[in-house]
Amino acid sequence: MSNISNTHERAGGNLTAQALREGFFAGLVSLGLFVLFVGLETTQNIRNELVLNQRWGLLAIFVIVAAVGRFLSVAYLRPWLAARKAAAAAKPAEGEESFFKRNFSKIAIVALIFYPPIMVMLFGVQGSLKWVDNFGIQILIYVMLAWGLNIVVGLAGLLDLGYVAFYAVGAYSYALLSQQFGFSFWILLPLAGILAAFWGMILGFPVLRLKGDYLAIVTLAFGEIIRLVLINWTEVTRGTFGVSGIPKASVFGIWSFDVSAPNNFAKAFDLPMSSAYYKIFLFYLILALALLTAYVTIRLRRMPIGRAWEALREDEIACRSLGINTVTTKLTAFSIGAMFGGFAGSFFAVRQGFVSPESFVFLESAIILAIVVLGGMGSLVGIAVAAAVMVGGTELLREMTFLKQIFGPDFTPELYRMLIFGLAMVTVMVWKPRGFVGSREPTAFLRERKAVSGNFTKEGHG
Amino acid sequence: MALGANTVATNTMTNDPILKVEHLSMRFGGLMAINDLSFEAQRGEITALIGPNGAGKTTVFNCVTGFYKPTMGMITMRQKAGKEFLLERMADFEITRDAKVARTFQNIRLFSGLTVLENLLVAQHNMLMKASGYTILGLLGLPAYKHASAESIEIAKHWLEKAHLIERADDPAGDLPYGAQRRLEIARAMCTGPEFLCLDEPAAGLNPRESLALNELLRSIRKDSGTSILLIEHDMSVVMEISDHVVVLEYGQKISDGTPDHVKNDPKVIAAYLGVEDDEVEEVIEEIEVIAESEGTEGGSH
Repeated sequence: MSNISNTHERAGGNLTAQALREGFFAGLVSLGLFVLFVGLETTQNIRNELVLNQRWGLLAIFVIVAAVGRFLSVAYLRPWLAARKAAAAAKPAEGEESFFKRNFSKIAIVALIFYPPIMVMLFGVQGSLKWVDNFGIQILIYVMLAWGLNIVVGLAGLLDLGYVAFYAVGAYSYALLSQQFGFSFWILLPLAGILAAFWGMILGFPVLRLKGDYLAIVTLAFGEIIRLVLINWTEVTRGTFGVSGIPKASVFGIWSFDVSAPNNFAKAFDLPMSSAYYKIFLFYLILALALLTAYVTIRLRRMPIGRAWEALREDEIACRSLGINTVTTKLTAFSIGAMFGGFAGSFFAVRQGFVSPESFVFLESAIILAIVVLGGMGSLVGIAVAAAVMVGGTELLREMTFLKQIFGPDFTPELYRMLIFGLAMVTVMVWKPRGFVGSREPTAFLRERKAVSGNFTKEGHG
Repeated sequence: MALGANTVATNTMTNDPILKVEHLSMRFGGLMAINDLSFEAQRGEITALIGPNGAGKTTVFNCVTGFYKPTMGMITMRQKAGKEFLLERMADFEITRDAKVARTFQNIRLFSGLTVLENLLVAQHNMLMKASGYTILGLLGLPAYKHASAESIEIAKHWLEKAHLIERADDPAGDLPYGAQRRLEIARAMCTGPEFLCLDEPAAGLNPRESLALNELLRSIRKDSGTSILLIEHDMSVVMEISDHVVVLEYGQKISDGTPDHVKNDPKVIAAYLGVEDDEVEEVIEEIEVIAESEGTEGGSH
């Protein structure tokens, strides 16, 4: 041990010298690279003449960033990472996780339950609106969608690129049925789920024989078909205009959130009129729906059907050799996943009060799938964290007004949303190829519950 | 060996075939993989299917277990209770579920990301599915599923002990050494509660000690659960040691059928394995007679 520390000290001087050298070369390389690209700029002046602008200051910034970055990386970052790795290797038997880590999901649920009152206390009734609606509800919708898709992709291993179709079916079921027949939210919520599940089966039948890439392409097409039907079937869906004036949900019919209604929530409790109460109610509603999704998923995983899904992901032929009907197993995965998409869709309609096909583009499917993959396929906690990071993070960009002071008043951070989303995805995938939670929790055990490393689980191929 | 020969004798007298393959043919395009094959597997016996590479053994297996639909022929499975199933008409999963025929694979197909215990629980899918009222009653938390669930873990434990895997029950199946994976695959097949077990090269890639453990496992399966076994095997020590009845295939046709001793000395079999021209068979027969004599003297000294 003393030997090692000695070499470390001796290496200290060398390291700084090496870092200086590497920093210098990095600066030199970037100077060579950028001198023409950044240092000189050609623009047209008003007489259509080409003028050469010199931007030596900007070039200097580029070179300094490269040189200093290289120096810091070699001198400090790398030794620190190596030391951390060595420290982690030195004490691998540290089985006891911290209290926070062990009870993460419970703490998170409690924190979510107290989230709206805390926001109201911090920012006032009107001020909390943004935090409850833009952040809380928005993230929870994606958490629920990702948990629903997780059943299809994470557990059963069926790559579904058209999940947003079920979200659309749920949203339009609520929007159209509530307007046509005047049914309340609490009747239409299960109905939207059932209709979405039915469409899940309709998608399931033709793709039963497909695997991998072929399955992905057909599900993608299915998602587009639903969207195009919504656009073009104008007599029913009103096409691109969308359906507006969708009635609000009520607290089980006891209190309404319509301003004119006699049993208005704010009136009943003698509170000042505000739309924040409705948003807080919606927050708890989507929280309950998301938790229902998680509960059902956890229960199903311990049931034969859930185990059959995971077995299907691991090896379909072996499943058949064990007497498992893979047709019904796949169809149940599709339909139960779709059902939760339908629930989320009807919630979406009730929250927006307006649905149009624009909300159900392929990008939505891609984001939901990205959340599932980033979170770690099959892991509920990982997916929730991924949804919070991806959706909350991009939402947070709107709040970064201070960036305008740096980059000038024309800078709108929201426009960089997808760029940062993509960068974050690449970073996470390099750093954790199996997502935030790569290991799998076994559903049954004899002596101790040991997490199954991601090296053994398969991603599914069909 | 003597015991094995005895059971053969008694069983052939009663003649109670569990599986009857009649005039089975399988054609892949222009290739006749199996040509008019007929054989029987007796109840309570271990029947071995052997033959050189490419003889069509695995194709027979895939026909029996429904993974291929045969071009021609009839495969009848008769259960202990007397119920008969025509396997060539059934889907692969129905053959396991209803006809109670289980199988393993030449290249092991475990659920590597599930634990060893979970692998065995997946195998009890149909039983648990019924107990959970096709998931609906189980989701509501009714006690029937809890009992069935506890029982399924007991069954899994029983087979884990038999396969000497109880220590590794909570490890991922993909983490087991090769020999243990082979045993686990057999244990998993047994958890489906089969009457007839088809093993595709169970001893392939095993070292002699693991091979011995496998023999022991197969014998105990036959003795304790009364399951009949059909196995494909290249390892002759396994075949001769445990099988009661051997069927030899070459180019999709049966060339010999009988007790291990009978087959071992069948000139056609030796020709097939050593690759002798048809007109040289006579010579081979003479050679065998010489070998058989010398073996006889050796056997006496044993």
